[in-house]
Amino acid sequence: MIRFNNVSKSYGDVQAVSDISFEVKEHELFGLIGPDGAGKTTLLRMLVSLLLPDFGSISLAGCNVVGNYRKVRSLVGYMPGRFSLYQDLSVEENLSFFASVFGSSIAENYHLIEPIYKQIEPFRKRRAGKLSGGMKQKLALSCALIHKPVVLVLDEPTTGVDAVSRHEFWDMLDNLKKAGITIIVSTPYMDEASRCDRVALIQQGCILSIDTPGSIVQTHGKQHWNIKARERYKLITDLEAWEQTASVYPFGQYLHLKLKSGGAGRNEIIAYLKRNNHEQIEACEGTPGIEDVFIDLMTENDKKQIEA
Amino acid sequence: MNRFWGFIRKEFYHIFRDARTLIIILGIPVSQLLLFGYVVNTEVKDVKLAVYDQSKDDVTTRIINKLTSSGYFELVKNLDSDNDIEAIFKKGKIKEVLVFEPDFAEKLEREGSADIQLLADATDPNVARMVAMYTQNIINSFLKQEQPLATVPMQVNASIKMYYNEQLRSVFLFVPGLMALIMMLVSALMSSISITREKELGTMEVLLVSPLKPIHIIIGKVIPYLLIAFVDSLLIILMGNLVFNMPVNGSLLLLMGECFLFIFLSLSLGILISTVAPTQLIAMFMSMIGLMLPTLLLSGFVFPIESMPEVLQWFSAIMPARWFNEIVKNIMLKGVGFMYVWKQTFILLAMSVFIVFVSVRKFKIRLM
Repeated sequence: MIRFNNVSKSYGDVQAVSDISFEVKEHELFGLIGPDGAGKTTLLRMLVSLLLPDFGSISLAGCNVVGNYRKVRSLVGYMPGRFSLYQDLSVEENLSFFASVFGSSIAENYHLIEPIYKQIEPFRKRRAGKLSGGMKQKLALSCALIHKPVVLVLDEPTTGVDAVSRHEFWDMLDNLKKAGITIIVSTPYMDEASRCDRVALIQQGCILSIDTPGSIVQTHGKQHWNIKARERYKLITDLEAWEQTASVYPFGQYLHLKLKSGGAGRNEIIAYLKRNNHEQIEACEGTPGIEDVFIDLMTENDKKQIEA
Repeated sequence: MNRFWGFIRKEFYHIFRDARTLIIILGIPVSQLLLFGYVVNTEVKDVKLAVYDQSKDDVTTRIINKLTSSGYFELVKNLDSDNDIEAIFKKGKIKEVLVFEPDFAEKLEREGSADIQLLADATDPNVARMVAMYTQNIINSFLKQEQPLATVPMQVNASIKMYYNEQLRSVFLFVPGLMALIMMLVSALMSSISITREKELGTMEVLLVSPLKPIHIIIGKVIPYLLIAFVDSLLIILMGNLVFNMPVNGSLLLLMGECFLFIFLSLSLGILISTVAPTQLIAMFMSMIGLMLPTLLLSGFVFPIESMPEVLQWFSAIMPARWFNEIVKNIMLKGVGFMYVWKQTFILLAMSVFIVFVSVRKFKIRLM
């Protein structure tokens, strides 16, 4: 459905996207995951024909997004990163404006947005600028959907939205996918990766890994230990200083500790910590989540970059 | 067509829901007109006059009476020596001193000419020139009255006659220039700001990724302001007429048509600015400094074009307001028809076509 072929883009000296190729299949919910400044927004803007790639080509539903941008623009529903609706127009006016711009009307595609729009419909006379963050996102999504797009492009739709609304939002995306819409979404939140069919992990303009969330964990996941003790700060510095440690970082109330390969077992860890006068030590094996894998991949990539 | 109306409706929502926009488009024309009409006033009225009469005869007395009874002058002081003149000017109240030579009446009788010295406070040159002219005219008419049969009447320089604005009412000169200025403000400033606002708020990103063509967006932005600026121009003409008795001697229809053309031109300038300016603030600066200031200074609104250095005269030729000024003055004051303003109209039309063409070409269909 969407295909990026060796796409590169730079702003002056800054290489925003370098030589990226990937494909998004029809009816897929595809996630671009990466920290701020990774190049996600640039990729999506090139996809919706707002930016021209320096090298490479992008096609959407068989159309080249540079040559045939007019066709592409009628096929996509685009929701930019920042809230970009008219703050001085009411909910209903925004929606009917965007419907009319695409030569459609609210009534025509109401069924498509109904589950989402219903939640903000009680506020339809309210100015968009006075909505809460979650409601704004719902309105923006409704506006992007009102013309029944084939492909939905969402740039960080959940940034700045509370946890409950984020959850709801992903449920909506699931439903839209079931309704046959191909969705490509970017997010800096790694925990949202598991809600996608496939994800591409992006850092500094390059794809580090691209697969289903499950197989990314399987291929790259390394065993780690969840460690806890009374003095957390001392725990971190001691573990960082240990020659067996590969990496250690805080994760919730535990520290995630990875050891060098062929490294120590549980007893050795506890012995080391006791030597360093730690009390109330807890150490248990943890299965890696997708966030662990991403952090691993990114730190590895950082190291490679520094070496190079 | 439907998408087009949707766009225009949206623009009207923006305009009517923003108090600042409303103030600019409706409050400014009214306040500007009243300000310029009343405050920036170069009319001659109750000018403070001092007289140094070395003759003190019957004729000089009657000349002074004639001057003071005209309503334009007010005799404040009689001076006794040359030395008083500078002192009295320095005090600043007196705008003109009239000096009669000794034996004025006798000389006039005998030689047919006598000398009057006219001293004017030229710190405000426009006022000074006008005051001097008024004095001359009054004295000339007095002499004609006195000696209708004299073969060689006393000559006081050139005879100057004012056409179309015999009383030199400054408001008549200001209204056309002010119309140009306000049309420029409402049209160029507002339209350039309204487009850059979409860029700033990110809504332009969404508009671009829609089937709307650049020309749709541009026309959708232009039409609401075209209508509003048109209402403004009617308002100015109406107020000029009701408050300042400014006549519309020519065809009102022709005048409205020319206003329409000039508004369209200003709007396309605004669009052109918005294709270059990335933010509202920059758009505002560009409109203010790039359009308003030259319009104010170079269009012949404040300073006469004829007295500008040659280079600035060339600049003034590319100011749309200059041609619009001429058109409006011709229609409103001289009452001429289209045959007398077709050249200026053609220039404005050509400018509009050129700017619209450039704007549409420069309008970016992408972000960079």
